[in-house]
Amino acid sequence: MVKKLWGFFKNTYLALMLLFLYAPILVLMVFSFNESKTMGNWTGFSLKWYQALLKDGTIMDALGVTLSVAVISAVVATVLGTLAAIGIHSMHKRRRAVVENISQLPMVNPDLVTGISFMMLFALLGLKGGYVRMLIAHITFNIPYVIFSVLPKLRQSSNQLYEAAMDLGCTPWTALRKVVIPDIMPGIVSGFILSFTLSLDDFVVSWFATSGIQNLSIYIYSIARRGISPKINALSAILFVAVITLLLIVNLKSIREEREAEKQAKKLRA
Amino acid sequence: MKRTVFAYPYIVWMLIFILAPMLLIVWYAFSKGGSFTLGNLITAFSDPVYMRVLLRSVWIALKATAICLLLGYPIAYLLSAMKKSTASLLYVLFIVPMWMNFLLRTYAWQVLLDKSGILNTLLAFLHLPAQNMLYTESAIMLGTVYNFLPFMILPIYTVLIKLDASLVEAAHDLGANGIITFFKVILPQSIPGIISGITMVFIPAITTFAISRLLGGGKFMLYGDLIENQFITLGKDAWPVGSALSFILLVLVLASMAVMRQAERNAGEEGGILW
Repeated sequence: MVKKLWGFFKNTYLALMLLFLYAPILVLMVFSFNESKTMGNWTGFSLKWYQALLKDGTIMDALGVTLSVAVISAVVATVLGTLAAIGIHSMHKRRRAVVENISQLPMVNPDLVTGISFMMLFALLGLKGGYVRMLIAHITFNIPYVIFSVLPKLRQSSNQLYEAAMDLGCTPWTALRKVVIPDIMPGIVSGFILSFTLSLDDFVVSWFATSGIQNLSIYIYSIARRGISPKINALSAILFVAVITLLLIVNLKSIREEREAEKQAKKLRA
Repeated sequence: MKRTVFAYPYIVWMLIFILAPMLLIVWYAFSKGGSFTLGNLITAFSDPVYMRVLLRSVWIALKATAICLLLGYPIAYLLSAMKKSTASLLYVLFIVPMWMNFLLRTYAWQVLLDKSGILNTLLAFLHLPAQNMLYTESAIMLGTVYNFLPFMILPIYTVLIKLDASLVEAAHDLGANGIITFFKVILPQSIPGIISGITMVFIPAITTFAISRLLGGGKFMLYGDLIENQFITLGKDAWPVGSALSFILLVLVLASMAVMRQAERNAGEEGGILW
């Protein structure tokens, strides 16, 4: 009896917490189909906010900026960061510590401080282009994440392979391409994915670092500051469905594998 | 050719775009007309408005962190005690909102709490008077908790599933009941997770600025808003004081990280004795 009550209590608690996390998002999604502009009042099903969204050139431009900055900054950060990690790995202790500590700054720094420091730097350098500013900022906060995903892989791999390749007549570049890079590929890939998602999601650094150009986050902030807009609801709904589908695809595979393993274990016990 | 050469392009990048901007903040925070001064820092500390905002930010961040811990620990604990496949699925569900843009998560509450919003419509339906929920300090708190709760669940769950089940069994065999086992075995073992959870919630909570603007309507400035205001609205003349404020925020963040790291070390050393 007590056990049943405890079980009921447990499940209720988890359900309430999931409700707390998801209800706001679901409400947002439902009301993105509302005909009326006010949220509290359901006047009928309509797709007009989605149509307005697709017709809105500003949103589409912002989406373009977000995606292109994410791709370019992730690629550049991955190349620079991987090379940097390989170099750092063979540095002497003291220099290595200095470089690693400075590299950790963007990860430790509050985004706000990072953003402001970029704003001052770009103003003093007289760098005008908003897109280039955003790109430089994103590359900079991405590189450390690449470096610190690649470094552990380098520690696991053997130094002698590179030396051996050189002894056998490889140039440093060939040795790098054929021997080192394949060995540390998992680290490079996770660094790239991390960079891409961080850039996609960034608001604070972009907000301070650029001017005259909007990514999706900046656009959302500038609209939401003025109050509620059904177009933002529609946008949230699309983004949320995209995110959840992606994550479920990635995670379901591993969950299914776990299920299989559990079944196997049960069979073995029986 | 030595392999260190591969790092050179990055080192140039690092000096220009990581080190130089940080030095700029320090430079502006501590100089006036080219000479060293503590004046900006003194202004940042002595202005009563700035001080009130700082205290409010710390207070809200502390409260939000405490609430996240109280709500999040049971979630992580219950999940860790479940069958593994169910737990993984639920865990993903709890973490997914983290991947949603935080502005949209905040905006969702703006929609719910609005004067003519859904919660007030619900209240009217129950014949209850409408409440002013949006643009209050509680709304900021709610938004902060909502945004950062997954960051508390994540590290605690990670620690709890790695916990050695035989320890719990041993405690039961030695006659401890569920409650004693929890407080003497499970909780002390999960302290590293709790500490990283606190760090992961407290630090973003204290440096946030958009949440307070969207849910507080600009009426309840937090330290982040103050800094934003210095740089965006007031322009270049406000850089010295703005830099001083940023410097204070940075020191606050680094200090709390140092405290957490120390706490983690202590927990590692005397985990058993402490409890």
